[in-house]
Amino acid sequence: MAVPGSETLDLSRAMVLAAPSLADWLVVAPVVIPIIVGAVLLMFRHETKIQAGVAIVGLAAMLISNVLLLSRILDAGPVVMTMGRWLPPFGISFTADVLGASLALTATLVALICALYSISDIGTLGRRYGFYPFLMLMMAGVSGSFLTGDIFNLYVWFEVFLISSFGLLILGSEHRQLDGATKYAILNLIGTTLFLTATALLYGVFGTLNMADIAVKAGNVREGAPLITLAVFFLLAFGMKAAAFPVNFWLPASYHTPRIVTAALFGAILTKIGVYALLRVVVMLFPLERAILSGVIAWVAAATMILGVLGALAQTDIRRALGFLVISSVGNILVGLALGSGEGLAGSIFYTFHSMIVTAALYLLAGTMKGLGGSYSLRSLSGLYAAHPMIAAFALLLMLASAGLPPASGLWPKILLVQASLDAGQGWLAFAVLLSGFLTTVALGRVFILTIWRQHEGEALVEKTSPMFGYVTLGVLAVAVIFMGLYPQPVIDIAENAARGLLDGSLYIDAVFPGGQRP
Amino acid sequence: MRTLIFRTTAPYLASLMVLFSIFVLLRGHNEPGGGFIGGLIAASAFAIYGIACGVPSVRRALYFHPMAISGFGLLLSASSGILSLFQQVPFLTGIWTTVDVLGVPVDLSTVMAFDIGVYLVVVGSITSIALTLEEREDV
Repeated sequence: MAVPGSETLDLSRAMVLAAPSLADWLVVAPVVIPIIVGAVLLMFRHETKIQAGVAIVGLAAMLISNVLLLSRILDAGPVVMTMGRWLPPFGISFTADVLGASLALTATLVALICALYSISDIGTLGRRYGFYPFLMLMMAGVSGSFLTGDIFNLYVWFEVFLISSFGLLILGSEHRQLDGATKYAILNLIGTTLFLTATALLYGVFGTLNMADIAVKAGNVREGAPLITLAVFFLLAFGMKAAAFPVNFWLPASYHTPRIVTAALFGAILTKIGVYALLRVVVMLFPLERAILSGVIAWVAAATMILGVLGALAQTDIRRALGFLVISSVGNILVGLALGSGEGLAGSIFYTFHSMIVTAALYLLAGTMKGLGGSYSLRSLSGLYAAHPMIAAFALLLMLASAGLPPASGLWPKILLVQASLDAGQGWLAFAVLLSGFLTTVALGRVFILTIWRQHEGEALVEKTSPMFGYVTLGVLAVAVIFMGLYPQPVIDIAENAARGLLDGSLYIDAVFPGGQRP
Repeated sequence: MRTLIFRTTAPYLASLMVLFSIFVLLRGHNEPGGGFIGGLIAASAFAIYGIACGVPSVRRALYFHPMAISGFGLLLSASSGILSLFQQVPFLTGIWTTVDVLGVPVDLSTVMAFDIGVYLVVVGSITSIALTLEEREDV
């Protein structure tokens, strides 16, 4: 066990010897809690009555730990814990900065709301198939992706949430679901293979996988190393995960097949992890390469948002239309990545918060409308305003939010993005953002007119399921949407803080290597 | 695969393999071996037993559902990391203690608990897959 003479080695050069404060544990809590709860749920998979309650308690605990973590980071800078005490590049660090912690918080909030909605959406069969264990393990992967400070560990968490998402996608084993899941699985595996290849190349160049370590060393090796190749590799791999044009075709092929609550989780959270990884790796680790690629990224962003929303205009199934709107929102977020300025990145980060909440709300709205009107098809679903005015109010608010109109949350990130584009002299990019907003209004307005205003013909609407869970969850999300729309300053502050952290990595690096221990 | 020879030897073979898998698991701390490979060996033991004597008898012999075994392994691994909270060291740091069992000092550690957890996760998930595939063949 012990190497002979190991007592004489100076461990302080290789190990973290200072005891971590209790607050540092907050950085692993959002990962450990869902793993433990998921394991317990897996052990009691057939106790279908308690599953939902335990999962909701677990998610609430995660939410609390995320709130505490974010407030600590806002007070005292990034929080780091290095697993097993071995210093990087050997030990794996969890490093939470404002960007990671705030996205983890938003994702957990969305997951908690979706778990509440799932009480009505996931029946006994879905519970026996393991919806809740998969949900918790997926959230472990999601939190891990947002909070890890090691690029190979990021790959591992990608795998964790991908494998859990396969399970969620085929819940029920219908033929249609298996078809969607096959496309989803194969295309995502190609994406993660690219990611792994890029990571191997990165390790070959730097000899380290710790992101702070790489950020320190990137300046020294820039002359001789193929950093631009690496940046393109990561751009393609994460762009695929984020569903950016032209590698977005897997999303519309699969996101309309699972249960609506699963689609809400996927649309809201999973594509945003790709976006987060792009921001973290391309902006923080390869800033000069990002500047060279900015023209390409700008075109990708514009094409993604315009073609996404055009796809939504052509659909007759609400879920398919929403899938295309998810793609369009990713295009908007990529604008900030293309610009690379503090304001543009802040706009992107704010847009990510907004998009997570609004996407989940739109899918849950579609689920509630299906419960009331019996269909997802724009051809047969109609007359909801006369029968259920409440759902019309939610639909109107979410339409305004998604299109970027006041008083909802979509307005401010779009203003930030447009202003940043104009400041950078990229008027056409600003025009693309505004055009995509206009087309989103048309696409969702079409859904609104057909499903809500159109007179219902034939027999009267029969309530299929109680809309109670739908109203409650939509109500909570609507409060968040209106809050971000009417009082955006705290969110803008957090987004700007996160953008500063990305552009100037010194806080992040100093947190991992305190006291100039940089290797 | 219900030949007399195979059916007679399979239980002995399976029990030997499970024994060997535990040996590989415990040996894994400093030498080749460990929870993952040990788990694979144990899972193939259950698969062989299933091929010879049928899936229901494996499920009876295991008593717990394979996925539940997997869940317990995950719980064990995660909990072995949490113990470091009380020792004021970072998550997943190895903590050692020596217990005297009948005059023989035995080293126990969270590393070992973690590895046993990995073993159970692998046993549970691979056995679950193998038994499902074998059940399909019976139809």
